[in-house]
Amino acid sequence: MRDLRVTFPAQGVRIPVVDGVSFDLVRGQTMALVGESGCGKSVTALALVRLVPPPGRIEAGSAIRLRDRDVLAMSEREVRGIRGRVCGFVFQDPMTSLNPVFTVGDQISEGIRAHFDVPRRDAMARAEQLLTEVGVGDAAARLRAYPHQLSGGMRQRVMIAIALSAEPDVLIADEPTTALDVTVQAQILEVLDHLRASRGMSVLLITHDLGIVAGRADRVAVMYAGQIVEEAPTAELFARPSHPYTQGLFASVPRLSGPIQRLNPIRGSVPPPTAWPSGCRFRPRCPIVHPKSEQMPPLLDVAADHQMRCWLAGDSRP
Amino acid sequence: MSPTAERDGSSVLLRVTDLVKYYRSGGMFAAKAPPVRAVDGVSFEISRGETLGLVGESGCGKSTVGRTILRLQPPTSGSVVFEGQDVFSLGREPLRALRRRMQIIFQDPYSSLNPRMMIGAAIAEGIEIHRLLPKHAIASRVASLLEEVGLDPSYARRYPHEFSGGQRQRIGIARALAVEPTFIVCDEPVSALDVSVQAQVLNLLADLQQQRGLSYLFIAHDLAVVRQIAHRVAVMYLGHIVETAATETLLADPRHPYTQALLSAVPEPDPAAQRNRIVLSGDLPSPSNPPSGCPFHTRCFHPLRSERCRTELPLLRPVHGSLVACHYAEVSARAALADTASDEPAAAR
Repeated sequence: MRDLRVTFPAQGVRIPVVDGVSFDLVRGQTMALVGESGCGKSVTALALVRLVPPPGRIEAGSAIRLRDRDVLAMSEREVRGIRGRVCGFVFQDPMTSLNPVFTVGDQISEGIRAHFDVPRRDAMARAEQLLTEVGVGDAAARLRAYPHQLSGGMRQRVMIAIALSAEPDVLIADEPTTALDVTVQAQILEVLDHLRASRGMSVLLITHDLGIVAGRADRVAVMYAGQIVEEAPTAELFARPSHPYTQGLFASVPRLSGPIQRLNPIRGSVPPPTAWPSGCRFRPRCPIVHPKSEQMPPLLDVAADHQMRCWLAGDSRP
Repeated sequence: MSPTAERDGSSVLLRVTDLVKYYRSGGMFAAKAPPVRAVDGVSFEISRGETLGLVGESGCGKSTVGRTILRLQPPTSGSVVFEGQDVFSLGREPLRALRRRMQIIFQDPYSSLNPRMMIGAAIAEGIEIHRLLPKHAIASRVASLLEEVGLDPSYARRYPHEFSGGQRQRIGIARALAVEPTFIVCDEPVSALDVSVQAQVLNLLADLQQQRGLSYLFIAHDLAVVRQIAHRVAVMYLGHIVETAATETLLADPRHPYTQALLSAVPEPDPAAQRNRIVLSGDLPSPSNPPSGCPFHTRCFHPLRSERCRTELPLLRPVHGSLVACHYAEVSARAALADTASDEPAAAR
C-alpha cells in the first residue's frame, strides 16, 4: 500500500481520515496497525479491498497492490473476486457478521461454494475440517448449531473459519479479540498465529492494545490522526519507542509488573478529523515544543528499519 | 500507590456476608427453568479509604455484586452492612438517605445521562433531591465539581452529546461526587476509553480518593488496570470469589489455578515479559447449570485435581497470605505445570 488517502465529506468539503499511509504485508508475517479510536486504522484495512463505505472515497494518487495486481484499477467484478479469495476479514463483533437464522455449517459452506465449484456435501466436509483447524472441538456437531447457541469465543472461531473458507493469502483481523475475555482472547490469538504459520498467510492485525502486539506481530505501525507516526519491527519499537505519541501510549498503559507508578497520560484527547491541526498533527498534545512543528514532518529514520514522523528524528542524527 | 489501609474493626466501611443473587430465567417456562446463579455466596469487606478490585470475566457476577450491594436490585439472601446499617432491611426513607453515601459510576456514562438535560442540571439533580444546598448555592457547587474532575465550569450549559467518552466519564464522576458519598461502586469505568484517556480517568479517581477519603469497589476485567488503583483484589469465577489478597501478593503469588490462568492471559506490552501462557481449554459453564463441587473443576489444570473437586465446594481459607478457595492451593498448579510441562502439554502452551 502506498500513499493511501481516504476522504469523507464534511461541512461541504472532503476531509481526509487516512492521509498518506504506506506499508508492506509480507507473506507469512503479522503486521500490526496500532492506534486509538478515530486514527484511521480500520478504514485503512477496508481500503485494502476497496470496502470503504460511501460517501468515503479513496483519492487519486493512492496505490494498492495485492499479489502484484493493482486493486484500484480493477473492475467492481474483479475486486469482488479478490475479496475473500485473496483477503479475508475477521471483525470485532462476530454476532453482527453471522446470520442468526442459518447454521454455522450453512454459513461456512456458503463461503466455500461462493469461491469453489464443489458440491454441497464436499463443502460441508470442508467446513468441518476448517472448524477443527480453528480449534472447535466436536466440529461435526457444531456445524448444526446456530450462532446464538455459541459463546463469543466460539463465534469468533466460526468467523475465522468463514474467512479461511476461500483460502485467502491475507487475513485482516480488525480488533478480533476486543469484545472477548482475556482467557478467550488468548485462545483466539493462538489460533490466528497458528494459521499464519501453518498456511503461510499474512495477517494484518488492527488493534488498540499494545499488549496484543507485543506477543504476536513481526512489525508494528503506530497510527495517529490518519497517518503512520512510527513504524519498526516489533522488538525494535518496544525497545525504543521514539515518537512522543508512541511514548505517551506506553506511559498510559497500566502494567502487571514493575513498580506501580502514577500513570503519565497524554494530555487532551484525540481530535476528530475535522479538527486536525496544521503541521505536526500531534503538536497540540506533544510535551515537546519543536521549532519546526508547524511544518508536517515526513517519516524520518530513527535507526535502520525504524522510522517516525517527528522532527526530533532529524535532530538526533547528523 | 498507598499501602493497604488499616483494617481493624472500626475502619470497616462495608461488610458483605454470604451475598446470593439468583435470577429467575424469564419466559413462560420460568417456573421450570433453573435460576441463573449470578452471585452464589460472596463475602468481603472494604475499609475507609480503601479500594477493593473485583475482577473476573464476563458473566462471573461481578457487576451483579455491585448493583445488589446498592440495592439497585433485590438480593436473594445475604447481608450488607454499610456504615453500621443493615442495607437490606432499611425502609424507603432511610434507604434514600443511605443512597446518598453510596454512589455508582458506569462503563458508559452516556446511557445514564438524559440527552435533553444540560450536564449542569444533571449534576445538580442529586443535590436537589437530597436537599443538600439552598437553590442559590447550587450553581457554584456544580462549577466547583466540574473543576474538580478537570472540566471547564462553562460546560455546565452543554448537552451530553457534545462530550467525548472521557469527558462523559468525568461528568459521571462529578455527578456521583455531588451528593458527597463515602463509597463509590466503579463498574468498569475505564473499559470503553482509549488508553490515553483511561490513564487520565484512573489518575483522577486516585486523586479524589486521596482528597476525600473515598472507598471504591472497582469492578473490572483488566488486571493491569486494577493493579493501578486497588489495594486489595478479589477474583470471581461463576458467582464465587475464588481468591482474595493484597494486590501485590495476588499478582506475585497467585494461588488459585483460575487466577494463574487469568494473569497469564493478560497481554503485556513488553515482548520480554511474554510468560508461559496457560491457555484454558473449554468455555465458561452456564451459571444456570454450574458444575458441582468446585466451580472451576471442569477447566482446572491442577495436577492434584481429584474426585473431591467434583463433589466438595472449596471455601476461602488462608494460604500463603491470601484467601484461596482451592482444595490444593498449597501446591501451585502453575509451578507444578512448569515442572511437568513435557508430560502435560494439554493445558499449558
